[in-house]
Amino acid sequence: MQNDLVTAAIVVIGVPAVLVGYILLTERLIQALPEQRQGRIRPWFWIAPALAFLIVFLIYPTINTFVLSFLDGQSKNFVGFDNYLWFIGDRGTIEALRNSVLWVVFMTAGVVGLGLLIAILVDRVRYEPVAKSVIFVPLAISFVAAGVIWQFMYQYQDPSRPQTGTLNALIGIVGLGPIRWTQEQPINNFSLIFIGIWMWTGFAMVILSAGLKGISAELLEAARVDGANEWQVFRGIIFPLLLPTIFVVATTIVITALKSFDIVFTVTNGNFGTDVIAREMWQQMFTPPGNFGRASAVAIVLLLAIVPFMAVNIRRFREQEAIR
Amino acid sequence: MRYLSWRKLLAVVGVIVLAAAACSPTDGGDEAKEVTVVGSWGGSEQDSFLAMVKPWEEKTGNTVKYTGSRGLGAYLTTAVASGTLPDLAGLPGPGEMAQFARGGSLKPLDDVLDLATYRADTVPALVDLGTVDDKIAGVFIKLSVKGFIWYNTANYSGEAPANWDGVMATDSGDADSLFCVGLESGADSGWPGTDWIEDFLIRQSGPDVYDSWVAGETKWTDPAVKAAFEAFGDVLDNSFGGTAYVNSTNFGDGGNELFTDPPGCLFHHQASFISDFFKKQGGAADGDFDFFVMPEINPDYAGALTGGGDLFGLFSDKAAAKDLLKYLVTADAQQVWADRGGFVSANTKVTTYPNAVEQKSADAIHDATVFRFDGGDLMPATMKAAFFTAMVEFAENPGDLDAILAGLDEVQATAYEAQ
Repeated sequence: MQNDLVTAAIVVIGVPAVLVGYILLTERLIQALPEQRQGRIRPWFWIAPALAFLIVFLIYPTINTFVLSFLDGQSKNFVGFDNYLWFIGDRGTIEALRNSVLWVVFMTAGVVGLGLLIAILVDRVRYEPVAKSVIFVPLAISFVAAGVIWQFMYQYQDPSRPQTGTLNALIGIVGLGPIRWTQEQPINNFSLIFIGIWMWTGFAMVILSAGLKGISAELLEAARVDGANEWQVFRGIIFPLLLPTIFVVATTIVITALKSFDIVFTVTNGNFGTDVIAREMWQQMFTPPGNFGRASAVAIVLLLAIVPFMAVNIRRFREQEAIR
Repeated sequence: MRYLSWRKLLAVVGVIVLAAAACSPTDGGDEAKEVTVVGSWGGSEQDSFLAMVKPWEEKTGNTVKYTGSRGLGAYLTTAVASGTLPDLAGLPGPGEMAQFARGGSLKPLDDVLDLATYRADTVPALVDLGTVDDKIAGVFIKLSVKGFIWYNTANYSGEAPANWDGVMATDSGDADSLFCVGLESGADSGWPGTDWIEDFLIRQSGPDVYDSWVAGETKWTDPAVKAAFEAFGDVLDNSFGGTAYVNSTNFGDGGNELFTDPPGCLFHHQASFISDFFKKQGGAADGDFDFFVMPEINPDYAGALTGGGDLFGLFSDKAAAKDLLKYLVTADAQQVWADRGGFVSANTKVTTYPNAVEQKSADAIHDATVFRFDGGDLMPATMKAAFFTAMVEFAENPGDLDAILAGLDEVQATAYEAQ
């Protein structure tokens, strides 16, 4: 206990002290340089700590993961491309890869589509803040909790018994079901993806709604005065102007979908053909004794899958900057 | 000026670091009379353990300092590595016990216990389970038995069939099916199925095959293991709601169909803990249900039983700690917890239990010719995880048995390497 307090004191007082000391020290060094070079060098000294953290906590682990992916499970012997060959050859990982693609396509389409629709619809009603809050709330729930909540929604009972799951009870009213939402293929993957959509639609809606407010009312008015109907206004004005925002939201969701782990882990644990690559990575890594080689190979595949989306996104950012 | 100020700052940091070093904990004081114990028990179990050591504290004047820990394995691994061990501790399982004993951190108990009495009073199979390299390394404090066949007393007479064929031949009467099975358990889905396989395997093929299967030597595609899966397949064929029900029903709700009207099933296979779920989830009351121990299959292995238990070991040379351990295995000490309920003793001299479930569990263990630890828990974690998943796959597609077992063989080929 006493030790914890001392540690806390060191962190609270020591860390700022070291940083201030660092600035003062480097400033003295810079002062020693010729006047005209000081301005060019100073930013580098200031950015150096952040850069150091970036290297230690981001760049080094990435390189290390890359190296580990060519070593065996205990990171002792070089095994060449064995871990990648395992990834390509394993029935389970290919299925996981397929499911991750499903997640990327359908979760992104669902979240962006619904988010856009809701953003446009609530823009036209007086109770907009209330509607937006309600749709935004699920984002505040943890993935695990959302998984548990939806397990209740998807619950299945024998056809001869009353259905306790909300969905099966509902379709039972019209004489359908019961359906094993989380176990029957291929419906179970979509049941899981829908949980993701339910959670993230609020995020897309808030950002798209903000983008929508940024479109000048005069522009829309002018179009309407000129006789454009609402669909034409959307197609010709709102959609093109929102496109950059849509792109940012879509990229975020694509990355979220690729990283999806918690929902699958809590609801099916990858059983019944619902495994995704992030869960496969976890499985390889954290089932003792842990296969670091395979887990790293999966991580690299995941990273490579995300890179194109990041690249396109960065290019778009640059283009926008250029326009400005 | 500026120069001075940053030197001052450095000095301040230096002083703090020195102060921190000076304040680090010291081994001081006379604590010889305090015995530290770490176990996995909390809540009412912790209270019962403390009640159990109370007479010893009163007699000797020593005190027991108990700490509960959910992650005993991780705790002991770090404690052994850092050398800051408790005097007595619960052990996660026989595998870890052997590791610690061979590593030297766990003290042999041959000189600590009154061996003659210990051997005479304790179920022989349990003495063997606590023995590493011919030395006693661990003792069982609390036991649990697996492989109970539960039934609703309103639907079944209560006569235990003489063998498994007799169980399968039982007329299910008003009940829809003979069994109900629930395998769902979140990320651990499938585990109730692994208990079934273990109970079949040990009764069909005996402890030697069981041990070599657990150790990764007998393959999953071996006819003996396959026979256990096929026997479970027969159970699934006679289970309520079929595959759909089995895989979507949580293990805790698995027995609810015993108590519906008309009943969904006659029998439910589960360990002793399930009676709590009958009361909380199934709407049953004490007296509505009873059980018999899963009967023999191959008469050669009659009396074979699987289960689990809390092993305890000694990590210090303190006289008081040794004395406490010696006290814990006595019938007097164990009777204290038994009287408080929720306890089955390895000591055959503990004969009175407050309820029938514990009484019958104790009888089953005392009569056991062979007692084996839960096999899945003894396997490497990758093997165990694959075993769980395989049970779900098997329940979903029983026809894929050969492919499922071949897949388990693949995992087995690498899972034991890094042990």
